[in-house]
Amino acid sequence: MSSPDTHLFQAKPSLGRSAESMIFWIFRGATYLVLACGAFVFGDIVFKGSRAVFQTEFPFINTVFFTEAPESLYVFEYGGEKREMGDREFRAFREAETVKAAGEGRKAPEIKATSYVYSAGGIFPAIVGTVLLVVGSMTIALTLGVASAIYLNEYARQGAFVRFVRLAILNLAGVPSIVFGLFGMGMFVIFLGWNVSLLAGWFTLAFMVLPVVITASEESLKSVPMGFREASLALGATKWQTIRKAVFPYALPGILTSSILGIARVAGETAPIMFTAAFVVRDKLPWEDLGSISDFFFQGVMALPYHIYVVSSKIPQNEYTERVQYGTAFVFLLIVALIATSSIVLRSKLRGRYKW
Amino acid sequence: MSAIRANASMDSPKTPLRPHSQPPQTPEGKAGPVVGTTLIDIENLDFLYGATQALYGITLKVPEKQVTAFIGPSGCGKSTLLRCLNRMNDLIDGTRIGAGSIKIRGVDIYRRDVEVIELRKRVGMVFQKSNPFPKSIYENVTYGLRLQGVKDKSRLDAAVEKSLRGAALWDEVKDRLHASGLGLSGGQQQRLCIARTIAVEPEIILMDEPCSALDPIATAKVEELIHELKVNYTIVIVTHNMQQAARCSDRTAFFYLGKLIEFAPTRTIFMNPANPQTEAYVSGRFG
Repeated sequence: MSSPDTHLFQAKPSLGRSAESMIFWIFRGATYLVLACGAFVFGDIVFKGSRAVFQTEFPFINTVFFTEAPESLYVFEYGGEKREMGDREFRAFREAETVKAAGEGRKAPEIKATSYVYSAGGIFPAIVGTVLLVVGSMTIALTLGVASAIYLNEYARQGAFVRFVRLAILNLAGVPSIVFGLFGMGMFVIFLGWNVSLLAGWFTLAFMVLPVVITASEESLKSVPMGFREASLALGATKWQTIRKAVFPYALPGILTSSILGIARVAGETAPIMFTAAFVVRDKLPWEDLGSISDFFFQGVMALPYHIYVVSSKIPQNEYTERVQYGTAFVFLLIVALIATSSIVLRSKLRGRYKW
Repeated sequence: MSAIRANASMDSPKTPLRPHSQPPQTPEGKAGPVVGTTLIDIENLDFLYGATQALYGITLKVPEKQVTAFIGPSGCGKSTLLRCLNRMNDLIDGTRIGAGSIKIRGVDIYRRDVEVIELRKRVGMVFQKSNPFPKSIYENVTYGLRLQGVKDKSRLDAAVEKSLRGAALWDEVKDRLHASGLGLSGGQQQRLCIARTIAVEPEIILMDEPCSALDPIATAKVEELIHELKVNYTIVIVTHNMQQAARCSDRTAFFYLGKLIEFAPTRTIFMNPANPQTEAYVSGRFG
């Protein structure tokens, strides 16, 4: 018991000790695995995507990819070298060569080109479409969601009915997005006859994020101290005045933060828009050739997630399509990261202003 | 129960100006007359939170331009009664008046056709925890006036100065009216809340343990202020601090388990209470 090299708190190997270290390593391993997966996915997309987005010559960013519509890529051999050209460039080239040949009294050269759809040009219409979808659906979702959150938290008598409504909202949050897509198609596209349109996409996406917006708004409203409401009401304010002046401004940072996370979801979902709003390809931009204002709302658009889906699964795969797939995914990640960053900045700014 | 009934019977309608038993040796109040015109007339009030009854047959007449203190152990219903006076309890689902009435200047404030907004403009309230809005001092004070649609800058400026002076805060904050009200100390915040309340010129100010979160110096300032305010306002104050009730009130009501045990001039309550329960409480033997 009292051998010279042991002491009162002597550590001894035991089952408990080995279990302790084993558990620790399992948890640590799990965390590292997640980290590794995330790093691999992100790194792969950034690495492969940067080939489409960046270039070696000035201005180092492939502006065409951001500003042009998708085109077919033509690959051909001419004058002994291999050339790659987008649709329009290829036509102009062929035209010029024909004219040149005619000028020199030669027969027009026959150019044998292989074409690959969507592998040239850019993704500008998809970016525009995604932005439009996000703006419209978030406007609808915020209006409806904040209004019902205010009703549930400030006006409604807390009882069985409100509990039931909350349960319904939670259930709605668990509905898979493809179901929202089918609902949107049945309800807006077919029943209301809106066809595949921005409007149908807006409402479908809005309904999808509505539970998130309502829950987050309610939490934010709850976090506003009861004292503000009491003080305001005791000064002779009506309920609506109280909400407008003493509750809502202080709930706003929280509502915005979570809505911005909602934006990331709206921007990213493919299933709800594939039947309701997204076109595989559309030559015209949404503001071009509008007969009337209402045409704007009843047109389909391209969207980034759907474009990724199309170029990854709906066209023949080859070495040229990979560039577009990863490029689009990379741009998409950048946009989502941008939104997330702006949410963090906005939150910290508003928190500084509305602290109590 | 018998104790209140006994008190209630003494509170006969024949003597409306002397709401309660009046022991023969009642000394004069420390400041001002002990007897005033009745402003708030609570009669036989039962109050319930859902199925739980919180107040039992309260009958009490609050005199005008005096300080009336409600004392009693936690859960005795004193805050509940206070919040009945400006219908703050309406905010809590399931609360209701079981029986009886509260009249202010003869008008039953629980009548169906009462505009609660108007009532609350006349019956201001200061809360236990100081609750200035996270806005500037100026905006805090003008909140009530802006609600009423006052936009005139000079009128608002005047009201800010008058209210802050009224709350004995002007000299401390006059150079930083546009700084946040949250930058003030606890005691200053509470006085800011009082300034905010008097800015809408109420007739009655209800104070729900206004000093419970303040240090002794800030408490002394607020008590001094209460003393000054009673010239113009009728004050009802709920307090846990018996010394405070003794120091700044003219009349004191002692509540226990939702019942009014005794209501009398403060001096009487503390020096010569009629009810043994009151005596036990004020002398610190229970509660």
